[in-house]
Amino acid sequence: MTLAFNTSSLSPITRRRISVFRHNRRAWVSLWIFMALFAVSLAAELIANDKPLVMQYDGQWYVPLLVDYPETEFGGFLPTRTDYHDPFIQAQLDENGWALWPLIPFSYQTLDMQMMRPSPSSPDGRHWLGTDDQGRDVLARVIYGFRLSVFFALVLTAGSLVMGVIIGGIQGYFGGKTDLIGQRLTEIWSGLPMLFLLIILASMVQPGFWWLLGIMLLFSWLGLVDVVRAEFLRARNLEYVRAAKAMGLPSRLIMWRHVLPNAMVATLTFIPFLFTGAITTLTALDFLGFGLPPGSPSLGELVAQGKNNLHAPWLGITAFVSLSLMLSLLVFIGEGLRDAFDPRHIQHGSSAAPTRIPANA
Amino acid sequence: MPDAHTQELLRFDRLTISFDGVTVLSELSLEIRRGETLALVGESGSGKSVSALGAMNLLPSNAQVEGGRWLGDTDLTTLKPRDWQALRGRRVGFIFQEPMTSLNPLHTVAKQIGETLRLHQGLSGRAARERARTLLEQVKLPRPDELLDAWPHQLSGGQRQRVMIAMAIANDPELLIADEPTTALDVTVQQEILALLAELQDRHGMGMLFITHDLNLVRRHANRVCVLFNGREQETGPVNEVFQSPRSAYTRSLLDAEPVGRPAPVSAGGTLLQARALSVSFQRPKRLFAKRPPAFVAVKPLNLDIAPGETLGIVGESGSGKTTLAMALLRLTESLGEISFDGERLDMLSGNNLRQRRRRFQVVFQDPYGSLSPRLPVSEIISEGLRFHYPGLKEAEVIERVQATLKEVGLPADCAARYPHEFSGGQRQRIAVARALILEPELVVLDEPTSALDRTVQKQLVELLRDLQARRGLSYLFISHDLAVVRAMAHRIMVLKDGELIEEGHCLDVLERPASDYTRALVAAAGLSIRR
Repeated sequence: MTLAFNTSSLSPITRRRISVFRHNRRAWVSLWIFMALFAVSLAAELIANDKPLVMQYDGQWYVPLLVDYPETEFGGFLPTRTDYHDPFIQAQLDENGWALWPLIPFSYQTLDMQMMRPSPSSPDGRHWLGTDDQGRDVLARVIYGFRLSVFFALVLTAGSLVMGVIIGGIQGYFGGKTDLIGQRLTEIWSGLPMLFLLIILASMVQPGFWWLLGIMLLFSWLGLVDVVRAEFLRARNLEYVRAAKAMGLPSRLIMWRHVLPNAMVATLTFIPFLFTGAITTLTALDFLGFGLPPGSPSLGELVAQGKNNLHAPWLGITAFVSLSLMLSLLVFIGEGLRDAFDPRHIQHGSSAAPTRIPANA
Repeated sequence: MPDAHTQELLRFDRLTISFDGVTVLSELSLEIRRGETLALVGESGSGKSVSALGAMNLLPSNAQVEGGRWLGDTDLTTLKPRDWQALRGRRVGFIFQEPMTSLNPLHTVAKQIGETLRLHQGLSGRAARERARTLLEQVKLPRPDELLDAWPHQLSGGQRQRVMIAMAIANDPELLIADEPTTALDVTVQQEILALLAELQDRHGMGMLFITHDLNLVRRHANRVCVLFNGREQETGPVNEVFQSPRSAYTRSLLDAEPVGRPAPVSAGGTLLQARALSVSFQRPKRLFAKRPPAFVAVKPLNLDIAPGETLGIVGESGSGKTTLAMALLRLTESLGEISFDGERLDMLSGNNLRQRRRRFQVVFQDPYGSLSPRLPVSEIISEGLRFHYPGLKEAEVIERVQATLKEVGLPADCAARYPHEFSGGQRQRIAVARALILEPELVVLDEPTSALDRTVQKQLVELLRDLQARRGLSYLFISHDLAVVRAMAHRIMVLKDGELIEEGHCLDVLERPASDYTRALVAAAGLSIRR
């Protein structure tokens, strides 16, 4: 029997959407560039680090990337964590073995003690994008900052998606009083000013990555609720949903199998813009100084440094280029997704989509 | 000049229309004389509407129209955009199928009629209003002064269609193109609209291109008929000739397509479904600080019984509460009164208890396009309820049941892996039937299952349903406005009007000797042929 019961194979609608997305060259290329950049930044520790990746000392293998070795291992005096940039340690290493350094021998918080020039110092062979006003390598900070921003946005988007779909779905599917009360509550909730809350909070606790994420998550799902609710409201009266009800399926199954796939179209279109929104908010908070704790690799802080050090244009330019590149790529991807999910989008020059013929009977 | 009444008004010469290389109409040649009605008949997708739209240059830009077309002495192939604007609405009037969407909801009736008067006759202000009023009188709308300032949503479907007609004849066109002008309307309203069109046609000497799929209407309202199939002309001729002695095989099958026969007689006695004093009412929205208006009663209290193996037909026009009644019986809508199924009170059950019972009464909806989830393959759609109600079934057993059910409804086994959009309307309706049948229900509610289908497909579906009933001893609650189909399906009939039970009885008794005026009007409008 040649029955395909597996649902893993893509439905024709999905296949058509993927093909539309791939035909949008700008979105397709943007997606690849973005994925490549993110993949690179995921491996930031291998690219920009103040420790050698692997080294051999006195015939023994060491992996400083993963293990912290005390300085005494390499002939130092104190049992503290080894500073591999220390001239003494470097001399020891040159004499008794070798070390494989990452491409950029600085991490995001490494202060370059051997620098001969005042910081911020302009780009040169040692610091490709110069250093900031505390003598930290800008390129290393950009790589780590990119990763942090994207990771933050990813978690925030995923969280808002789950909350928004659940809350909006329940309101839309059950309708009536549930909807009425839910809507009023979300309206009141959305009246709370998020930025002020964050700023007030920053004065009470030192907001870390998860703190910020948690607070922003409290508000970021609000935008999704309306979209999801509207889709569920529409879909609950569709005949195949009624047929499922008549079949005796419980509400959660109907919502999951029949209504949600419809609502996801509108929701997925929303995601890239949620994503860019999250990045922008994080950057803005960091710029104002209410964001991630000092020392974190943050693009917003780099923008602030650029503003404070106008005589060091590489700071501002780097921040601008990296932010605008990231956001543009995301917007292009978002546009591509929106077009791909648009049912009115006509695929030109393809036999897959027969042209709609005006309604005849 | 030849005599005005025999002169050709519209002529197609080998008209061919294609979309991106796909031909939808090939080499159609026809002509319409003044004062004549030519019916263009065919099933959905046969190219009826496309030919009219193509001739008037109303198709999207990816359509290629070839061949000659003339309106009077005007060669339509050489017209410039400006000439087209002068021609459409002035020399050619259009009436479209969907009265709900072909009026702009943001303008009053006077403004919409006035617009075409201003464009083509330069009338404005008081003169336009006066003319619009005359037009509304001509199309026999009641209270024309009031209706001039009405918005489209305040009008009923029939009234809207009359406004559309008023707009179409506003400039005394030579040709009227009516594209399924009555399909969305109730049968009794249909008759009035078509009678009105005929009267206007006589008065103005218009030619009419009447596009429809309903042969009953053609028989009564057209002079000549042209039958289309798959974009090809099958035959053209005077209505009597074509109907008496059709030359093409397709026309014959179209004429034969009225569902015939009667269901097998009920053998077993007893009652499967029983309703006592069942009524449904909907609360109307309350305005702020106002008293809540009285609830809208969709179904007034009525009693109903269905025996095992019996089909109860529910008949009525739109808005008569047919579907609401069925939804209430299925406990999909809140209702008052007793419902018992196989001796068990359904109206007392709720939640999980009710869900468990649902297996035994299933439903097939009207719209074959909306009732199947487009995102699931057919096998999933059919097996979903089975998997829920029998969680213990093994995968192989589920597949086997799906295969068996597909076979039973006459679908090939290989369609299980395909998606709904790959199927035609009739096949989709079979899938919907399979979805209901696989749970082995005792009662199936059929909510206008045939009304979205072409006649030939209707006939097949009716035969399938009767066959299934005979084999499985199913009971049906069959809802339809189409008396021909009801006659072929139902043992007993209930006639509803405005939520009220008008008449009830044995099917043939009611249809042949109706006791109430309303039923008589319905039967007359349906034009049931007597052959059995």
